[in-house]
Amino acid sequence: MADAMEQLYQQVILDHAREKHGYGLLDGAAGESFQVNPTCGDEVRLRVHLADGTAAPVIERVSWEGVGCSISQASISVLSDLVCGANVARADELTETFRAMMNHRGVPLTPEQEDLLDDAGAFVGVARYPARIKCALLGWMALRDALVHALTTDPETAGSSSS
Amino acid sequence: MTTTQNLIPTAAELAAIRADFPLLARTVRQGRPLVYLDTAATSQKPECVIDAEQDFYRRRNAAVHRGAHQLAEEATEAYEGARAAVAAFVGVDTEEIVWTKNATEGINLVAYAMSNASLGRGGAAAERFRVGPGDEIVVTEAEHHANLVPWQELCARTGATLRWLGVTDEGRLDLETLSVITSATKVVAFTHASNVTGAISPVAPIVAAAHAVGAVVVLDACQSAPHLPLDLHALDVDFAVFSGHKMLGPTGIGALYGRRELLAAMPPFLTGGSMVQVVTMEETTYLAPPQRFEAGTQMVAQTVGLHAAVSYLGELGMGALAAHESELAVHLLTGIAGVDGVRVLGPTDPSDRLATVSFVVDGVHPHDVGQVLDDGGIAVRVGHHCAQPLHRRLGAQSSARASAGVYTTLEEIDAFLERLSQVRSFFGLEGTHG
Repeated sequence: MADAMEQLYQQVILDHAREKHGYGLLDGAAGESFQVNPTCGDEVRLRVHLADGTAAPVIERVSWEGVGCSISQASISVLSDLVCGANVARADELTETFRAMMNHRGVPLTPEQEDLLDDAGAFVGVARYPARIKCALLGWMALRDALVHALTTDPETAGSSSS
Repeated sequence: MTTTQNLIPTAAELAAIRADFPLLARTVRQGRPLVYLDTAATSQKPECVIDAEQDFYRRRNAAVHRGAHQLAEEATEAYEGARAAVAAFVGVDTEEIVWTKNATEGINLVAYAMSNASLGRGGAAAERFRVGPGDEIVVTEAEHHANLVPWQELCARTGATLRWLGVTDEGRLDLETLSVITSATKVVAFTHASNVTGAISPVAPIVAAAHAVGAVVVLDACQSAPHLPLDLHALDVDFAVFSGHKMLGPTGIGALYGRRELLAAMPPFLTGGSMVQVVTMEETTYLAPPQRFEAGTQMVAQTVGLHAAVSYLGELGMGALAAHESELAVHLLTGIAGVDGVRVLGPTDPSDRLATVSFVVDGVHPHDVGQVLDDGGIAVRVGHHCAQPLHRRLGAQSSARASAGVYTTLEEIDAFLERLSQVRSFFGLEGTHG
């Protein structure tokens, strides 16, 4: 298979698509989001779980379930690793950097961005395929939305409903 | 390019057909020849269609059905000439063709006209279009969303109930479920050929069941019009819709066929200029069909393009094209059956089906299948193809779809099959072919 496919489907992406870190919804979430990609029907339900006893909110973990292509599934898996232990500012920074990478049509990352994005940097090749950008962003949109819910919902009652 | 009627085009004839389509000469993704297998989504356009639209703008452009100048006359002639040509192409009378912007608009036109009738518009003449609580509208589980959602909405507006014919495991309409058509049924709307499974519907028994209870039949002919000889009068349907862009014509133009006496009795959907007789500040009387249903400035250049498209198809001969595509369907189905880990959604028997084949690859999402095919220059559709209920019925969330057209060759099918056989191994899965 040609190089272009190997650049798009880097091994780290194929591995995450198979392993799906964070897969399986957990109870006790502070916020939840359900996102659909209407063009292909891919969907994800993602929950944000906040750590106890921190002054400012810190993401303890995310849990999720969904169906989708390898790009979308791998992206959510990588996201689950990256935001573990992140505070809200860092989660926002990751989301914005990932979005910016998707909007730059395959422009190489700066060393700082590479450091920040870690495994998520493997998605740089996705930006060359405009039809796949939504796949890569699906989980990040869910994270942003779930965080909004987490930070605006009464933690006593959050996470018990299914959106 | 012309072919001998009803005979499969020879290799030389097919090469000449392909030469009529400028886009087919381009390359994609690192200079690969394009293998266009997405004709069910939209067809490519022959040069004569592109030229016809351009020529209209260059030499004859004017507003139709108004103005006393020569250009207005010529534009009106072109517009009405296109209507006559399209009507002849589908076996109906010229006045029975209403221009729409696509098939979706055609179905909505009928559904909204029925809403309006249900509110009393159109008076006693429109009584047969009224629906309300206790009435039923019958569709099928195989419909494109365009022939499902407008009917759901009509039911929601009027209190009527939506029912549907089922689909067999093989992906064909299940005639065992014809009993959903009862004396309460007012409309039976179904597709002539599925855009997912390629299955051609058994029109006659469904029309017979509908007419036996006095229901109006609406046929979605989007997928059949480009591939099969179509005679809507012989099919005895009451309404039918199709889209220009799927049958070698431009986007932005489609048509609604309506049986003459039904169009005459039906109140309008869109209202405004061009469709009126006498307008006062209080009220308005409407023109006879088809103008009653063509409000506002129409897509004249696109009708001219569609005229060129049906002339082109007519010269090739729909019998010959159907025979060609039947051969392609056999080749596609036989080839896919030989690739491990691939399941076809729809009939694998090539009879009564189009060369439109949706499939799922075990362990690989359709988007990823499409991406690997695209890397080989092969264009297929991925997703739910605007038919979520049908995918659900066939046990798939989405699928990839290869669909052939007049210009598709057996060699292109081979290139597709070769690439398809590499997909699972690329994603590290067992069971690759060959």
